[in-house]
Amino acid sequence: MTELSIEKLHNLLINGEISSEALIKEAIAKSYEVQKKCNAFVTIIENAKAVEVTDNLLSGIPYGIKDNYSTKGILSTGSSNTLKNYIPIFDATAVEQLKKAGAVAVNKTALDEFGMGGTGTTAHTGIIKNPWDLSRTCAGSSSGSAAAVAAGVYPYALGSDTGDSIRKPAAFCGIVGYKPTYGMISRYGLFPFASSLDTCGVLTRNVKDAAIVVDAMKKQDEKDLTSWASKDMHLYESINGEVKGKKLFYIKEIVDESNYPNISEELKKHLQIFKESLKKLEAQGVIIEEVSIDKELLKTIPSVYVCISCAEATSNMSNLTGIAFGPRGNGENIYEIMKNHRTVGFSPLIKRRFVIGSYILQKENQERYFVNAQRVRRLIVDRMKELFKKYDALILPVSKGVAPKLDELNDEINDESTVLLEEHLQIGNFGGFPSITIPNGMINKMPVGINITGNCFDDINVLNIAYALESQMNYKDMTAGDYRE
Amino acid sequence: MNKYKAVIGLEMHCEMKSKTKVFSNALNNYSEIPNVNVSPIDMAFPGILPRINKECVKKALMASIILNCKQPEYLEFDRKNYYYPDLPKGYQITQMHSPIGVSGKITIDCNGYEKEVLIHDIHLEEDAASLDHYDDATLIDYNRCGVPLLELVTEPCFSNADEAIAFLETIKRIYQYCDISEADTRKGQIRCDVNVSIMDENSTTLGTKVEMKNVNSFSNIYDCINYEIKRQSELKASGRYDEVIQETRRYDEESGTTIRMREKVEAIDYKYFIEPNIPKYKINKDWLEKIKLAIPMLPKERKEKYINEYKLSEYDANIIIKEKDYADYFEETVQIGADAKSAANWLIVNIIGYLSKNDETLKDFYLKPQMLQEIISAQNSGQISSKQAKEIFIKCLEEKKHPKEFMNKENAQISDKDKISEIITVILENNPEQITAYKNGKTNLFDYFVGQVMKETKGKANPVITKEILKNKLDN
Repeated sequence: MTELSIEKLHNLLINGEISSEALIKEAIAKSYEVQKKCNAFVTIIENAKAVEVTDNLLSGIPYGIKDNYSTKGILSTGSSNTLKNYIPIFDATAVEQLKKAGAVAVNKTALDEFGMGGTGTTAHTGIIKNPWDLSRTCAGSSSGSAAAVAAGVYPYALGSDTGDSIRKPAAFCGIVGYKPTYGMISRYGLFPFASSLDTCGVLTRNVKDAAIVVDAMKKQDEKDLTSWASKDMHLYESINGEVKGKKLFYIKEIVDESNYPNISEELKKHLQIFKESLKKLEAQGVIIEEVSIDKELLKTIPSVYVCISCAEATSNMSNLTGIAFGPRGNGENIYEIMKNHRTVGFSPLIKRRFVIGSYILQKENQERYFVNAQRVRRLIVDRMKELFKKYDALILPVSKGVAPKLDELNDEINDESTVLLEEHLQIGNFGGFPSITIPNGMINKMPVGINITGNCFDDINVLNIAYALESQMNYKDMTAGDYRE
Repeated sequence: MNKYKAVIGLEMHCEMKSKTKVFSNALNNYSEIPNVNVSPIDMAFPGILPRINKECVKKALMASIILNCKQPEYLEFDRKNYYYPDLPKGYQITQMHSPIGVSGKITIDCNGYEKEVLIHDIHLEEDAASLDHYDDATLIDYNRCGVPLLELVTEPCFSNADEAIAFLETIKRIYQYCDISEADTRKGQIRCDVNVSIMDENSTTLGTKVEMKNVNSFSNIYDCINYEIKRQSELKASGRYDEVIQETRRYDEESGTTIRMREKVEAIDYKYFIEPNIPKYKINKDWLEKIKLAIPMLPKERKEKYINEYKLSEYDANIIIKEKDYADYFEETVQIGADAKSAANWLIVNIIGYLSKNDETLKDFYLKPQMLQEIISAQNSGQISSKQAKEIFIKCLEEKKHPKEFMNKENAQISDKDKISEIITVILENNPEQITAYKNGKTNLFDYFVGQVMKETKGKANPVITKEILKNKLDN
């Protein structure tokens, strides 16, 4: 049953055709199965209790929480050895909101350590595998959440997105990944990676479910000064599929085949699938135009991202010293103790990012790297906002194809020619834009995704366009192994 | 050693008064019990975010206005990054790029002359936790962690310790008068970094700057500056000025000397960058106007008022404005009708003395301005003698009773001329020998007769009237 949508489960619960207990039991049982296959969880909450089913669509329904959300009384590790024994004394605001709605958390999902990674290979509990093909990555960092939702453990799991950490795993796992406008969901209790980019969000199997969950999570929170009032914004109720006359654009420098002289068959197919999706929207009266953006500007995206995210991360994670919480390090004096905690606790990837971040923040380098990165970020965001005056949203294919094989990841990272296809989702974080990925096709029995990104506060528009497209395709409520053409 | 002049600059950190901490909702209360005023934010648990205490921002802006600083268009904060166990986040939220006030100045009184002090900047930040070191362990008390701090940085513009202390006293008083801080050095609420350099009397080139960190009482600051000037001057005089290096030292109270901590070349890079969790906040003109209007009358203005309007001496005025409590008490007493000079006298001579002897503050002082006013007017109208007034003052405090209780008819001074005259007549009749002696030139017997009247009236006879009548009767 847990592979059904929230709407359907709610109706079954309300009509008494299933019980919350049964659903939770099923979700926990499936968690153990998926854990064996995909290694998707840090904690399975065995004693998760059923709650009373109310009018709230989420009441009584199980869900998963990415392990970088603070959960009161439940181990919260950020998938890092530095917090391998950390049990928080408070709930993240988003978790608290879902509790209020009657949602029942059944597991904490594994991630790339503190969200800093896109492969699902750096969690302290080991590599997270894609349920569609266990030899492949889920992408990251919300790898465990994506794997679990795709495997049908429950209808949704929480994610967080700093560069593409919800939206790329969603694409690789054939599900929906929604990152709302920055500040719509309070970040209080989300372990920070890069504060100016971090966004809470959700992974689901259809667009309406994403709207339902974010409706419950969002609120202006006095504990997060960057959160804003959205109580008059009703995402779920506003989805009507009306998209006639909407104007979308895609970026020529990313989508046009001519950008890829040695194009692979897979990418060719991926771009073809993308164009078919555009046609489906056009058939509903959507106007889609090609826009050209200075390639030099686009090419800065990954380095701007690295500069800003690493710099903020270095500072954000300075609280991890093993003094007040986390395993205590060994050493003769306090500095040795802190150093040992961090040396033993962090994976090499994170350490590399700290070194970069620290270098960027050094007095003599700040202007050249950090401040310039912020200037270029502003340029990119300004260009996008200018386009959003004319267009309702940006539409682009996600990645250059399907989830790569785990043992080929190193080659993937070094592929210069397709870097823009891999990194363009970071634009959404630069501007705090609402952005959603939905599955839009299959290549060799693996799913691929398409992304829609709109202007700040324009979440309803973005959801509506995604919903309209989803309705014209055959990938709604898809679970791993459920091959559809 | 007078051939050198000193150049001194100050960084004054002062803990602010507020209901809650500056970036969390834990109480900002001094507590002897460790770790009672702590929130998850102060502990820097993963996922916490700062809030911002508007009361602190308002008070910091008030200080910025009083110091004639320029206020920024937007309120912004920065992170100062470094590792130390008293700093749980691994960074301090402070203001580097856009402090709450820059380029200010203030005129202070220093031993009778006026001095203009230039303010580099004033900024709002958070305090760190406090560490208690033991032989085998160090304990962390998070009570102080996140307590609002106002850091005031002067230009190097003082030429001696007296000026520096006069400045600190002035600022301390302003903070107290405006309720910005209790500014209590005994609670460690004020800590200063002091930098000192010396140069030839006629030179305009600054010498090598030496910084002393965390000096915590005004008398220590005073001694520290003087020691450092002496140390540097001696080295310079003996041709060893190259031994004065740019460095950070600390003041050692026990030996009264300064001791090297680290050289400036080893200075830490704090990697300041903007705090991304606190969005830029526009400081609008209306708000600034409102804050300006809320600034209470400051000590300097009050002093002028006491001298010009109440005709107090500068000396007395200076004593009264020293503490806001004194000034408030004084003004209230005058406002409800007491003679200003009498009120000043009572405060300076009796009350302040009493408070320091009994280690009390005016806040818990029993005798309220209303009561003092009653004593003063009773005395000034002749209803009681000055001796009685003092006795009543003491009795009120001892027995915690209203002065009226001691000003009943029995205790009242006898000012009735007829009654006193009657008593004097009886005394004179009983002392014929003394009268003769007096009339024969033994005039000091006058005091004997006064004494007899006082004995008869148990000291209640109005001495002025007694003397007047006695003189009349004896001389005629």
